[in-house]
Amino acid sequence: MVKSRERRPAGKDPGEGRGGSREEKPGISRRDCLKALTAAGSATLIGGSVDAHAYKKFSGWPDRCGVLADLTECVGCRSCEAACNRANGLPKPDVPFDEKSVFEEKRRPTASAYTVVNRYEDPEKPGTPVYRKVQCNHCNEPGCASACPVRAYTKTPEGAVLYNKDLCFGCRYCMVACPFYAPAYDYESALEPRVVKCTMCHGRVKAGGVPACVEACPVEAIKFGKRKELIKIAETRIRNRPDRYVDHIYGEHEVGGTSWLYLSRAPFERVDFPTNLPEKPLVEQTKGFLSSVPLVLVLWPAFLGMAYAATRNKEDDK
Amino acid sequence: MREESMAKADTFPARFMDKLLMGMPLSDYVRTLITPFNVVAMGILCVGIPLIVLRFVDGLATITHASNEYPWSILLGWGLFSGVPLSATGYIMATAVYVFGFKKYHPLVRLGVLTGFLGYLFAVIYLLIDIGRPWRIYYPMAVSYGPTSVLFLVAWHVALYLTVQLLEFSPAILEWLHSRRVRKWAVMITIAMTVAGVILSTLHQSALGALFLLAPGKVHPLWYSGFLPVFFFVSSIYAGLVMVIAVSTILSRFMRNSADREFLGSLDTLTVGLGKGACIVMFVYFALKLIGVAHDDNWDLLATPYGYWFLVEIFLFVLVPGFVLTRGVKRDSARMVRIGAFYALAGVILNRLNVSLITFNWAIPGHLHDLIPPVKEVFVVLAIATLHIIIFRWIVNRMPVLREHPDYREHG
Repeated sequence: MVKSRERRPAGKDPGEGRGGSREEKPGISRRDCLKALTAAGSATLIGGSVDAHAYKKFSGWPDRCGVLADLTECVGCRSCEAACNRANGLPKPDVPFDEKSVFEEKRRPTASAYTVVNRYEDPEKPGTPVYRKVQCNHCNEPGCASACPVRAYTKTPEGAVLYNKDLCFGCRYCMVACPFYAPAYDYESALEPRVVKCTMCHGRVKAGGVPACVEACPVEAIKFGKRKELIKIAETRIRNRPDRYVDHIYGEHEVGGTSWLYLSRAPFERVDFPTNLPEKPLVEQTKGFLSSVPLVLVLWPAFLGMAYAATRNKEDDK
Repeated sequence: MREESMAKADTFPARFMDKLLMGMPLSDYVRTLITPFNVVAMGILCVGIPLIVLRFVDGLATITHASNEYPWSILLGWGLFSGVPLSATGYIMATAVYVFGFKKYHPLVRLGVLTGFLGYLFAVIYLLIDIGRPWRIYYPMAVSYGPTSVLFLVAWHVALYLTVQLLEFSPAILEWLHSRRVRKWAVMITIAMTVAGVILSTLHQSALGALFLLAPGKVHPLWYSGFLPVFFFVSSIYAGLVMVIAVSTILSRFMRNSADREFLGSLDTLTVGLGKGACIVMFVYFALKLIGVAHDDNWDLLATPYGYWFLVEIFLFVLVPGFVLTRGVKRDSARMVRIGAFYALAGVILNRLNVSLITFNWAIPGHLHDLIPPVKEVFVVLAIATLHIIIFRWIVNRMPVLREHPDYREHG
């Protein structure tokens, strides 16, 4: 039993090669071939090529990118909003991008704006407001992707989480699941509504560029790079200026980590970051339930069959 | 009279029309339709149906309250999250009678299955109005699979269970159509369909709770619990039981003519029996809810406004109706059991609304201002509920649901 299993997978390749080897490579004898085969088979059996400890452990795409947003640098000029609007061909806004009155209320990304900047007063430093840019945070293990029943979301190796409108049927469970209130929905559209969110300018990044908002920022408050390196930069900044920053990189661990990372001088909850989130990716919350599904599928018929047999048995006794 | 109808009914279309009009000439039938209930129903439909059309012309924004923060509005909070537990009647009654051998509840099985079937059908109808592109509803089944999603499971299970319930109810349809041979086949699969029904129901009733597990930051911690799937499943059991009491109460009052003597004669006894089952499950559920608070050590949250609301839910809407039912059972009073049943139903609906709407986004400033649904959405819900009642009544009037068909008696 074991023997046949050990040979079958390896037997495929030489088997295919054998037909060709007779004419082109007479050097490889049948004996050599079998020897190689057995070696490959035993290697599989012993587990030489597979590390059982690392098996199925995937800690994310190694070179994924991200953006480090330093709230202490942002001046609230809204250039990023304007650049995003241009780069993504979004509809012209009702109020122009140089209008500061929008800060009077707290805004969120909508079907016509992938990103918005909000202003917060800092009670400790009156007159010097804190600005916070809001957009999709491109989670390492996105809740939206775990929620989607049709797999319309993809986490790309570059870091962006992308949405495919051709698969979406508009259940909006992704919006329920997103802890950052990032995805917006086109409620105005009768027949072709879709979910709308930041793409971290995936096309530009793939072509070697940086997201439009990052490029537009005049004070380098947002910095694009490899996520790993951005974390190091953020750590250095906190270490060098402990008076300037809260000792926390928001997004490093929240819901399993996000591509966007934030530094702030005001406590994060005061600038409306959700601070009640688990450190585990959201998919872990439903994993237990989903893994119980096959158990119920298999065990219930057995239990119910038993109950049925018991009642039948009682009837027979009568 | 009888000969006349025999002479009339020799072609299939004529026979079929005869069935649709319940043996009356068209003019007589139309006359029976003019009742106070129907006039009100027409009024509601005249407002509600154009609004549903409006959703497909001007978009969801025109009729619902749903927004980027609150993606699911009352349309789903009521139609799906409350509608599905109230439709647990089908699997509860079928399991009780066919698997666990509570044979005396046989007169209520078809009613349970029909209530369940239509409940799911209408849950899907609410869903079809709510989702963005309803014509893609089959995508999770055929186009692209998202097995990490709890909603993927719900979609599959609701679709399968709808089919299962149609098959479970099919003997009634086939008796109505006098299709003896096909009916025999349909009856043969009863036990298999019952077992399939329990499995599917266990999983998707609990899955509706599990959906919210993905939103730990949004649902209030007193309602957010790792036990959400268990809460939803266990409460669906008593929801199914009390729903059967509620529906049979209404029908025995308003549709007496469609019921046979066995149904009406045994109803009080059976009601008390169902009440007994329901109150036991309710006490179990109450205990589970307390375990939920203990498990997450949320005792301190009980002394907050949301905590008071939580206590209202589990004491006033679970424990108290449980006591009403218990008292009804002890005194053998079907009337009191019925009151308790309606009360308990309100509790189930309150719980589902609490999880899906009332405590969802509790941390957002101004959260409670967004709760009252707009009038248009209320009318859409009313219109669908009215259609639900009309179709229910249409079937009960024609098919052997509250009575056994004289040609197909099972016992005796």
